[in-house]
Amino acid sequence: MDLLEIKNLKMHFPIKKGLFSKTRGFVKAVDGVSFNLKKGETLGLVGESGCGKTTVARSLLRLIEPTGGSVNFEGTNILELSKRELRQVRAHIQVIFQDPYSSLNPRLSVGQIIAEPLKNFENRRTEQLKERVAYLMEKVGLNPHQTGRYPHQYSGGQRQRIGIARALALNPKIIVCDEAVSALDVSIQAQVINLLMALQQELGLSYIFIAHDLSVVEHISDRVAVMYLGKIVEMASDYDMYHTPRHPYTQALLSAVPVLDPEVTKKRILLKGDVPSPLDPPSGCAFHTRCPKKKDICSKEQPVFKELGNGHWVACHLC
Amino acid sequence: MNSEQLLSIQDLKVRFKSFEGVVSAVDGVDLNIAPGETVGLVGESGCGKSVTALSILRLLPKRSTLMEGNIHFSGMNMLTADEEALLKIRGNSISMIFQEPMTSLNPVMTIGDQIAEVFVLHQNLTWNQGREKAVEMLERVQIPSPNARSRDYPHRLSGGMRQRAMIAMALSCQPTLLLADEPTTALDVTIQAQIMDLMLRLKEKLNTAILIITHDLGLIAETVSRVIVMYAGQIVEEAPVGDLFKEPLHPYTRGLMGSVPKLGQKFKGGPSQLDEIKGVVPSLLNLPAGCRFNPRCPLAIAKCREQTPGMVRIGRQRQVRCWLVGGAK
Amino acid sequence: MIDDKAAIASTRKGNSREFSHLRTGISKFLRNKAACFGGVLIFIFIISSLLAPVLFSKDPNAQDIRHALEPPSLKQPLGTDELGRSILARIIFGGRISLAISLSSVALALLIGVPFGLVSGYFGGKIDFIIQRFTDVMLSFPPFLLALALVSVLGVGLKNTIISVGIAGLPHTIRITRGCVLSIREQVYVEAARAVGTRDRIILFRHILPNVMVPIIVNATLFFGMAIIFAAGLGFLGVGVQPPNPEWGTMLGSGRSLLFAAPHVATFPGIAIFLAVLGFNLLGDGLRDALDPRLGYE
Repeated sequence: MDLLEIKNLKMHFPIKKGLFSKTRGFVKAVDGVSFNLKKGETLGLVGESGCGKTTVARSLLRLIEPTGGSVNFEGTNILELSKRELRQVRAHIQVIFQDPYSSLNPRLSVGQIIAEPLKNFENRRTEQLKERVAYLMEKVGLNPHQTGRYPHQYSGGQRQRIGIARALALNPKIIVCDEAVSALDVSIQAQVINLLMALQQELGLSYIFIAHDLSVVEHISDRVAVMYLGKIVEMASDYDMYHTPRHPYTQALLSAVPVLDPEVTKKRILLKGDVPSPLDPPSGCAFHTRCPKKKDICSKEQPVFKELGNGHWVACHLC
Repeated sequence: MNSEQLLSIQDLKVRFKSFEGVVSAVDGVDLNIAPGETVGLVGESGCGKSVTALSILRLLPKRSTLMEGNIHFSGMNMLTADEEALLKIRGNSISMIFQEPMTSLNPVMTIGDQIAEVFVLHQNLTWNQGREKAVEMLERVQIPSPNARSRDYPHRLSGGMRQRAMIAMALSCQPTLLLADEPTTALDVTIQAQIMDLMLRLKEKLNTAILIITHDLGLIAETVSRVIVMYAGQIVEEAPVGDLFKEPLHPYTRGLMGSVPKLGQKFKGGPSQLDEIKGVVPSLLNLPAGCRFNPRCPLAIAKCREQTPGMVRIGRQRQVRCWLVGGAK
Repeated sequence: MIDDKAAIASTRKGNSREFSHLRTGISKFLRNKAACFGGVLIFIFIISSLLAPVLFSKDPNAQDIRHALEPPSLKQPLGTDELGRSILARIIFGGRISLAISLSSVALALLIGVPFGLVSGYFGGKIDFIIQRFTDVMLSFPPFLLALALVSVLGVGLKNTIISVGIAGLPHTIRITRGCVLSIREQVYVEAARAVGTRDRIILFRHILPNVMVPIIVNATLFFGMAIIFAAGLGFLGVGVQPPNPEWGTMLGSGRSLLFAAPHVATFPGIAIFLAVLGFNLLGDGLRDALDPRLGYE
């Protein structure tokens, strides 16, 4: 049994229109996503805007309530837990948010922000709390003597470290990194990525790393899942994803990433058009409107997400 | 003051009056662009690259900005020109596209009208003529159904479409210089590829010089011929793109390149740890003495902490601002 | 990203207790001349109200018919009214009443309105629906008429004036609080608090309330001015604070018929109302500008 098993997760947002807010249709932001997470591994979840990856994060944490599927943490489906039981599980699955500016309450000091999870679960005396906060700050590279400072006194990268310290406070088993480095400068991004990887080694953490930057995801992940319009279209080990991508979308994504070598002229697969709106997804395979290898069946039937062998999964009629 | 240069910036200093004091955002920048050349201006937040670009067109807030130095465009001194003269140039011989297509387009005007406006203002066409031209431009930037799209409002278009519309607007009057401030940062990577492809093809046709301002090294590697690297308000390195990537000289440039994860590098024996630059960008109110990069530089020597290095020429087309490169130790 | 501001902010080598929010706010306020003027007015208002018994041995209600309706003179700087009472004394003591009314009614509106607004905004759903419909009904009355209606039910006098004015300000307070809560509720740090297991009621007090305090305080300051006007209005109509109490509105009411014969009787209370309300409005505006949280800074 893996640490986290997600089966057929769905998040359909109802579109309410009219005088009595009748439900006219659904935005299928997440439409049947399944994946597992093993202890100590990093699963990268990558995709472009509108693919639903951030919604997956919020759904599996139950920050928004998913409309279908199951999320099994160590065997228990957390979607079926009561509010009180859910709180207890929260301690094991934490999250780091994207925006270092709005993810910290501007009126609380750093010490208070990091202590909050501790106060929620542990009845420690103030002295022990202070020690733990100082320890956490040091772990993420912040000066432990500055617990009285406020978020606006820190730079973006430092604020993200505060967010990491907060996520570590309860010794979680899983941390969901929701675009945790996307808003940071390149050199700071490197610092934070290195920090996350070091912490993983040291503390045996498992990460779900969500991002739109394929290079970053591939660097940090052991396995990668590519999402398009609410579904996972391909999932494989980082090695296989890079060397033998099977889905045309994955291939296009890989080719679109700029190479840091001016002498290499990359053969670019240029996709036509834009990502379709999740309000009105195409029939059959959602990617067929832009797929350079599209066949007739692609616009008629939705491909099944199946395993090709060796942990490599694809949803494509051509595979 | 090279007469062959399209754009010549000399010793540009831009300071802002802020609540906390006077902040020096750009501190002595020299930059030249030849006609038809594509130059990249690279740096992280706060390095002054956007401010430099905005200075060229004098788009910075008048009351709180102090500018010194020289900016010459096709013989005209941009810093002393009056508002009339500037208005004739903006959108005409020098155009600019911005990072956020949503906020850079007027939400209450149709795309067609916004592009038409450029023609009406600079080429004295009527609105109807302008609108026809607008549809032509939309077609050139490969927006499908340009006629229908031209009557749409910005919010109806996707990010990629809006950026194309902005490019259409910018290239309407066939500018000799295009300033592109983070043109693809807000876009998805597949759209980014489309947009850059488009820009380069249009540039070929129109022989426009382009100054691309970005923090994205990958973008730079693929699109420009010359790169200028900025840090904390100063230029630290300048080189042809091939030379820069093959052998970056300034420690900051090297650190920057090492920080970027490269697709597939971990399978080719690349390091599992990224090459990070320790510390943070210094506050512009509290710059370190000597070389501005010295607190974070792994190679800093005593001289770096005491004296600010000047730009030193290396070879034909390279310059570096570092005591450890070319200059006396 | 507003990069330079972050770079500037990281200079702040502060140590623990330095809270630069407040300092920036205070200095911003002090540079706003109108706000300072308002502050001075209110300061005078408060001090004179508090020190009234000390400054004036004269009883504001002491009548002296022989000296009725005297225009301003050295002895009576603001003149006397129809019963010979010193208008200056009455205005200063009237200030105490106005101050008491505004403080109490605002306190009432806040004590009831803020919790309702918090609950309504944060929990949404049925509770929100019920509270909002209730508020809608109250808002369908122009506030002053609402106060008037309440007074007709409760009766006249100081206590009832306070209650009526307080309740008249209730729907507005609930709406403003709810609005703030709705926007704060969507902030990522609130979501983060839930993610670390913080209970709802603690989220309300630790995360939501402190961040809605600023708009509420600003609103309260402006409401002080409104409260004075309402109370004066009720007094003017004769259904607020009753004579012989020197409430400004009541003074206005009794001076109305003398407007041409002895204009000073009504004019000075009118000026007092004007200055007090002006002061509160300027102060409120200044506070709002000074405490405006700046994006990219927070």
